[in-house]
Amino acid sequence: MSYKAALRVWRGDHGSGSLADYTVEVNDGEVVLDVLHRLQATQAGDLAIRWNCKAGKCGSCSMEINGRPRLACMTRMSTFTEDEVLTITPLRTFPVIRDLVTDVSFNYAKAREIPSFTPDPSVGLGEFRMQQVDVERSQEFRKCIECYLCQNTCHVIRDHPENERAFAGPRFLMRIAELEMHPADTADRREIAQDDFGLGYCNITKCCTEVCPENIKITDNALIPLKERVVGRKYDPLVWLGSKISRRPRTDTPKVPDKRS
Amino acid sequence: MTDIERLPYDVVVIGAGGSGLRAAIEARLAGKRTAIISKSLFGKAHTVMAEGGCAAAMGNMNPNDNWMVHFRDTMRGGKFLNNPRMAELHAREAPDRVYELEAWGALFDRTPEGKISQRNFGGHEYPRLAHVGDRTGLEMIRTLQQKVVALQQEDAVSLGDPEAMIKVYAETTITRLIKDGEGRMAGAFGYIRETGQFVVFEAPAVILATGGIGKTFKVSSNSWEYTGDGHALALLAGAKLMNMEFVQFHPTHMVWPISVRGLLVTESVRGDGGVLRNSEGKRYMFNYVPDVFRAQYAETEEEADRWYKDPDHNRRPPELLPRDEVARANNAEVKAGRGSPHGGVFLDIASRLPAEEILRRLPSMYHQFKELADVDITREPMEVGPAQHYVMGGVEVDPDTGESCVPGLFAAGEVSGGMHGSNRLGGNSLSDLLVFGRRAGVGAAEYLSRLGAKRPVADEGEIEAAREEALAPLERSGGENPYSVHAEVQETMSNLVGIIRTEPEIKKALAELETLGARAENVSAEGGSAYNPGWHLALDMRNIMLMAECVAAAALERQESRGGHTRDDYPGMKPEWRKINLICTLEGGNVVITRQPTPQMRDDLIALFDRDEMKKYLTEEEMAALPADGPEAAAAAAGSAAHEEK
Repeated sequence: MSYKAALRVWRGDHGSGSLADYTVEVNDGEVVLDVLHRLQATQAGDLAIRWNCKAGKCGSCSMEINGRPRLACMTRMSTFTEDEVLTITPLRTFPVIRDLVTDVSFNYAKAREIPSFTPDPSVGLGEFRMQQVDVERSQEFRKCIECYLCQNTCHVIRDHPENERAFAGPRFLMRIAELEMHPADTADRREIAQDDFGLGYCNITKCCTEVCPENIKITDNALIPLKERVVGRKYDPLVWLGSKISRRPRTDTPKVPDKRS
Repeated sequence: MTDIERLPYDVVVIGAGGSGLRAAIEARLAGKRTAIISKSLFGKAHTVMAEGGCAAAMGNMNPNDNWMVHFRDTMRGGKFLNNPRMAELHAREAPDRVYELEAWGALFDRTPEGKISQRNFGGHEYPRLAHVGDRTGLEMIRTLQQKVVALQQEDAVSLGDPEAMIKVYAETTITRLIKDGEGRMAGAFGYIRETGQFVVFEAPAVILATGGIGKTFKVSSNSWEYTGDGHALALLAGAKLMNMEFVQFHPTHMVWPISVRGLLVTESVRGDGGVLRNSEGKRYMFNYVPDVFRAQYAETEEEADRWYKDPDHNRRPPELLPRDEVARANNAEVKAGRGSPHGGVFLDIASRLPAEEILRRLPSMYHQFKELADVDITREPMEVGPAQHYVMGGVEVDPDTGESCVPGLFAAGEVSGGMHGSNRLGGNSLSDLLVFGRRAGVGAAEYLSRLGAKRPVADEGEIEAAREEALAPLERSGGENPYSVHAEVQETMSNLVGIIRTEPEIKKALAELETLGARAENVSAEGGSAYNPGWHLALDMRNIMLMAECVAAAALERQESRGGHTRDDYPGMKPEWRKINLICTLEGGNVVITRQPTPQMRDDLIALFDRDEMKKYLTEEEMAALPADGPEAAAAAAGSAAHEEK
């Protein structure tokens, strides 16, 4: 069982580009990435696509299919009708390198600004003891395959590059939540979550959760609990008073020096 | 784009998967300026696809486990062709490498006491695999990636530049290693994918950590990057590859839809109770237990099922035999006409565990079958079949340092050979990456210290030749389409040098490869040098062709069946062949195979085995030369081992 599908694929580089029309064969059970590979092998040898595992595990083949951010390797052709024209475009939030490949270095820069896992240095190798229920919260966030579909979708930075400096995006706010909930971590990133990574910009519309291919409940399980922790730390009047009269030095973990290169 | 950018480093690590990152971390910890070259984006390496776990004899589930038991299992799994020193180092050091990951933030699944939980796997006597559901590889890559970032943060504070000591070059491919006039490593030549810019990393120590050769085969669980780059770079630089005939065909992958054929179905399904059945509903693995393993595996379904609850008084289910055995059995059932509708066999977990337990233990498997095949694995069996998964063969290295015969060239992980013998046990790959990745990092740092200030200088002629070679497919017009030639090579290898091999088929493959080789030399790429996958594949074709030739040539030479090499015309395992490693080298551009004796096992390691068991593997002559066996010898070995470990 096969048919010919009509594809409109964005071709071009950061300067300019346009949608190009192709007709490509589709076989039973195929995903969008299969069809793009066939296009590449038979009609457009230099079509730039980023992909790796073709198993939904590496998060490389993120693109927008009929305007929806998805992994090409996990989008079955059977979700579209045979006469539907597929429009395939690069992630809109990030600058295009070529064709369907975008420059996602923003994400790597943000990752490097978050203070890393900080265990108690007196715990020796093999001496950590953690309960399954306690590790499960952070484990959910560590399922993240860094496809950046959530970053691409979040309206705070989609079409608003001016917010990129102040806002880390759902993936990295979730990374902060993951570390904060890690049973063996000793740092306190609540203040910088708000002040340096822009947690306050998030107004919990759950768009990130909706596009997550790993079905991580980013908003409910990471962002909202993180907001609650920040509120508890920052706006609790007793904590505020304590911070004004106490002589103890502040224990908040400072942001890592910002040296984006 | 024809200018070449020069980037000086102490250590260049080619590959950013588990072994590459672990090696780079170690080199940076030793104070060496380190470059990590990643063919993909940082954090996307093939290691993320590892599902089951990382084998390490921590003894958290069964206190009887220790490095000696793990060593024994590894040697048995590899049918005694493993380099015994590598298997020993691996078994001894794996636990600390896992604990190290935990200290860097990894969150493994836990036991009720809060320790790292361990799961059963094929060929492992006790539950031994540290895991995170069925996404252990992702956890490992993320942890190592985040450790690299943590080191960069330290350098940002102390040196003012996060990339002062360790830098990742993402989407960068190396096409040639560069030597100096004396044949020592001096650097690596490649291109940056985004721009097509040529670069030379000038460094006296190069660590290969490029993984395997899966893209030589049509049905493979391997990712895009697995084009045998490191194997080929080593060969072209004058290093030796060993035992390339041993290719692992993992027994369970999706077989339908066609587009996902080869997608891995983790061995954990069987470790957690899943069983294999044929179209008659029969649990057939009991018919496929070979003599060497007879004593360790259950003979009835009742005994096999009791083992999950009471492993001390029952023998293991035969579904948990090493991978080569299970893959051959699945293949045989299909050939005998007892396969599933799409040419596989049935893997049943639905009737063995409650639905919620399946969802907890095997979430990605559930997800994968649901999304891609509309199959609910909590209700119905999966259709599975064997696919190429791993290569045991690789660069011959010194077990302790990872150095090859080319001074300054190191290798670790799948690209290196020897550790797994003729067949790798599941779970031993992730631990291999950590143990030997770290050792290669130490090895490279020590090599640099020995070298002092007199560093090799890259030969300009070699650099210019590498540049011309890389430009050729773009400058040639009207040549072959690289995608078509690649597909034909994969077809040839899967059909003729696959899971079951015969002399006429391998000879036919070699003849076809000769024709294809000529065509591969004539591929051309349309378009420019900026992010052009056609050009990249055209350049990868050289490596894919070399790997196909090495595998086929070695497979023709070894006239026996052992582990990942099954010859229908030589069905038995022959003790004389256990004494031989097959070495591939390049002479005048041609692959040459030579025989080399296997290394001797130390007496204290031999003493870990029963005389009767050794008889199955060794020649009579070797048996006669064995030291006297007995409890004292074993105790002495254990004593000296315990002593050394401190």
